[in-house]
Amino acid sequence: MFQSILDFVFGRLRLSDFVHDPLMAGAGYAMAGALILALIGLTVFKKWGWLWKNWLTTVDPKKIGIMYLLVSLVMLLRGLADTLLLRAQQANDNIAGTLLTADHFQQIFSAHGTIMIFFVAMGIIFGLFNLIVPAQIGARDVAFPFLNSVSFWLFFAGMILINAPLVVGEFSNAGWLAYPPLSELQYSPGVGVDYWIWSLQIAGIGSLLSGINFFITIIKMRAPGMKMMMMPIFVWSAFCATLLIMFAFPILTATLGMLSLDRLMGMHFFTSGAGGNPMMYVNLIWAWGHPEVYILVLPAFGIFSEVVSTFSKKKLFGYTSMVVALIAITILSFTVWLHHFFTMGAGADVNSFFGIMTMVIAIPTGVKVFNWMFTMYRGRVTFTTPMLWFMGFVVTFTIGGLTGVMMSVPSADFQFHNSLFLVAHFHNMIIGGVVFGAFAGFSYWFPKFTGFKLNERLGVYAFWCWIVGFLVAFVPLYILGFMGAVRRLDHYDSSIGWQGLFIVAGVGVMIICVGVFFQLLQVGYSIWKRKENRVGNDPWGGRTLEWSIASPPPEYNFAVIPTVTSRDQFWEDKKKEHTSVFKPIYEDILIPKNTGLGFIIGLFALTFGFAIIWHMWWLVIVGLLGVIITLIIRLTSDDTDYVMTAAAVAKHELKRGTV
Amino acid sequence: MRKEKKRNLHRVKQVVISSLVAVVIVGVLAYVTYGRAIPVLDSKGLIADQERDLIVLTFGLGMVVVIPVFIMLFTIAWRYRASNTKARYEPEQAGNRALEAIWWGIPCAIILLLGIITVVSTHALDPYKPIQSSVQPVKIQVVSLNWRWLFIYPDEGIATINYINIPKDTPINFTITSDAPMNSMWIPALAGQIYAMSGMSTQLHLMANQTGSFNGSSANISGDGYADMRFKVNAMNEADYTSWARNTANKTDTTLLTDASYMKLADDSHDSSQQTFLLMDDNLYNEIIMKYMAPGDSKVSGMHTSGMSK
Repeated sequence: MFQSILDFVFGRLRLSDFVHDPLMAGAGYAMAGALILALIGLTVFKKWGWLWKNWLTTVDPKKIGIMYLLVSLVMLLRGLADTLLLRAQQANDNIAGTLLTADHFQQIFSAHGTIMIFFVAMGIIFGLFNLIVPAQIGARDVAFPFLNSVSFWLFFAGMILINAPLVVGEFSNAGWLAYPPLSELQYSPGVGVDYWIWSLQIAGIGSLLSGINFFITIIKMRAPGMKMMMMPIFVWSAFCATLLIMFAFPILTATLGMLSLDRLMGMHFFTSGAGGNPMMYVNLIWAWGHPEVYILVLPAFGIFSEVVSTFSKKKLFGYTSMVVALIAITILSFTVWLHHFFTMGAGADVNSFFGIMTMVIAIPTGVKVFNWMFTMYRGRVTFTTPMLWFMGFVVTFTIGGLTGVMMSVPSADFQFHNSLFLVAHFHNMIIGGVVFGAFAGFSYWFPKFTGFKLNERLGVYAFWCWIVGFLVAFVPLYILGFMGAVRRLDHYDSSIGWQGLFIVAGVGVMIICVGVFFQLLQVGYSIWKRKENRVGNDPWGGRTLEWSIASPPPEYNFAVIPTVTSRDQFWEDKKKEHTSVFKPIYEDILIPKNTGLGFIIGLFALTFGFAIIWHMWWLVIVGLLGVIITLIIRLTSDDTDYVMTAAAVAKHELKRGTV
Repeated sequence: MRKEKKRNLHRVKQVVISSLVAVVIVGVLAYVTYGRAIPVLDSKGLIADQERDLIVLTFGLGMVVVIPVFIMLFTIAWRYRASNTKARYEPEQAGNRALEAIWWGIPCAIILLLGIITVVSTHALDPYKPIQSSVQPVKIQVVSLNWRWLFIYPDEGIATINYINIPKDTPINFTITSDAPMNSMWIPALAGQIYAMSGMSTQLHLMANQTGSFNGSSANISGDGYADMRFKVNAMNEADYTSWARNTANKTDTTLLTDASYMKLADDSHDSSQQTFLLMDDNLYNEIIMKYMAPGDSKVSGMHTSGMSK
């Protein structure tokens, strides 16, 4: 009787699920402890009201963007800590279980991959979309401000879920894409894969909603006069990325949905017996997974386009080519997914087709590289940190492109597939492309959203640590790939002679860690010295509209919506010697009110996710109903905006001294 | 004047330090690489040789683009640095049709060439394609288990765990399946890999052209004991191979591979020792595949085929 009540209330959750080995427990309790400390701090300094009013309930994309970046930063540190453990294990004397058990090692690399893609890279991309896109198109907000807040809190709920196994239960050990049949009940009966499924499912829905939101924002909310071909190239990249999100993420949702039906209800979509087909899963997950790569890297391309043009004090070379290349990549990215499994045994014709399509993507990508270089040609290039990241990006990305083309030939790929060569290749693309792009964008736009610059010297130190560390960490992996080392080995034969290279790779990661330390120091130091580094609207000599407004921008971004007549609108405006002497005519501005409902939806989604992982069916219903009811409350409410009168706007602008 | 001297000195210092760092990195990498086996490049088989040639060729073609990119990147960046006020400055230059045509065109040409190479090589090196040879090929059926490899020689009537002996200069025809999560069979010195999937049978053809002992492993994560999924491939002379196969089949004390002993082998195990068996059921491989075709849970239905327990 007692047992059945216990089963009903707690599903399969038992006290023993809270017991972990010291290493994991340490990480878990450190995270939980930091959270508790933060909560105590909030109480002591009476900041609860501030947190609620200014952050948790905000629908201002600029604040949501900052929250995305903060979450991504914390997750980057988590992912990096995972890396240190993985590298330590492989550089160790490689006797199984000396540092980590196989099970623990596998959980760590599964978590590392999932977190880095979904909660670091995606978070950074959405953070930058939120911060930059509205300002660059001369808009005051996104198309659906409330939806934006819901997206963020779903992302946040997913983030909590994926870190929960540090405290309760275990994480998946089936790799970051959880191929069945390994991820099916038969081989993974525990909660690990469920944690993986539901944290991605919830964060993924957030991503999809965000994608729709920014797509509509770009389509509908551009300043008057801004034709598509006048949009800043970062907006173009965001446009293509959101298009990819809208087409790709439903595939992920459906695939994870089927896998969870297999696991919850004993269905057979992807089981190895009873008519299930695991290879269907592999096809589907990559039909999402490959476009996902471009969802991440296209915005990075956009950032570099802005950076290289601004710091060369010159127009972007071949704007039309750049747009065509972006669109070509967008379309082609859906035609290459099979190159992730040439080794499945498809025929030579199928493999050739996907191999060639993969090479074809290299063409528009290469064109972009040449256009960036020729943007510097006959320019006046200043090597600020964003520009250093750009230079580092071209070097690493070109190497990654070369190894990518090498792997796109199917017969050669048979020798590279799932080896450390592959691991080195995609880190080459994602670190060299996405992460360097994010850092460039971060240091480039930082003054816009804080009003002060980041310290240059520390930024330069960070850059050199990253680029050197990167090479030292990944060149050994390329060599190990040629030596026949496969990925995800928790131990290997010590007589085989790989240990030296693994140790070098570990040293590389440590150099990267020093770089990250410099970056944290850079942010901290710059905040401390912010009074000395204050900047105005336009610290870099910017070209696009976001530099025409105050730093940090007011809640409404533009007091008067600009009219656009050319590509680099702000640059052209600056060239006109006599700026308009007309007094700006302000009008009433409709601003969405803050609402806690997005946060509450996130909480219910988190409840739902946790409950379904642990089979607490009553709580599943509570979570689901909670989400639905909260949505209904929001949708039936008319009191969602307030008006900032023209007089108030004028006062505000006067105070800022912009008039 | 003095300021310029100081700046030059600073620059020299930078160059010296970065070259030193580069030399140290290259030196350390050379030290930890030197003398180690690099089977993908130092291949010992007909297929792996051609795959290596293909890798070298694509690398070379890629370099045709990569080297100019690096040279251009650094020369342009240096020449048009802001402090070099002598360089031309054309802020309004927004593109150049002819130049852009070049870098749409050249990569297109290279990819066209690479595309042709791809089609030809993918057909030539199709792992399903039998190797043309006057020598009678050896058939080996491969089953990946949790966590070891079972190799069945149907014609010789023997089976091995975690090692195979093969004659050199003889085509080897592998058919591969799994009675466990998906694995990938890879012998880098002899040929590229192919997946091992339950309920399915894939193929791989290769031929060793030297004697020696080569490493093989699984390249796809398959659970707790994945790292133990290693095996040895011993390529030997024809005569040695034949005598080994005949002796194993005729020895009276060789363990029998029966229904029961297979079930035991298929159970989760971290025992990665090499073993040798006498095959009691010629149809074992097909039965392992077919049990996944049955309705219901494959684990429960198990193997209840007749004729196994001789």
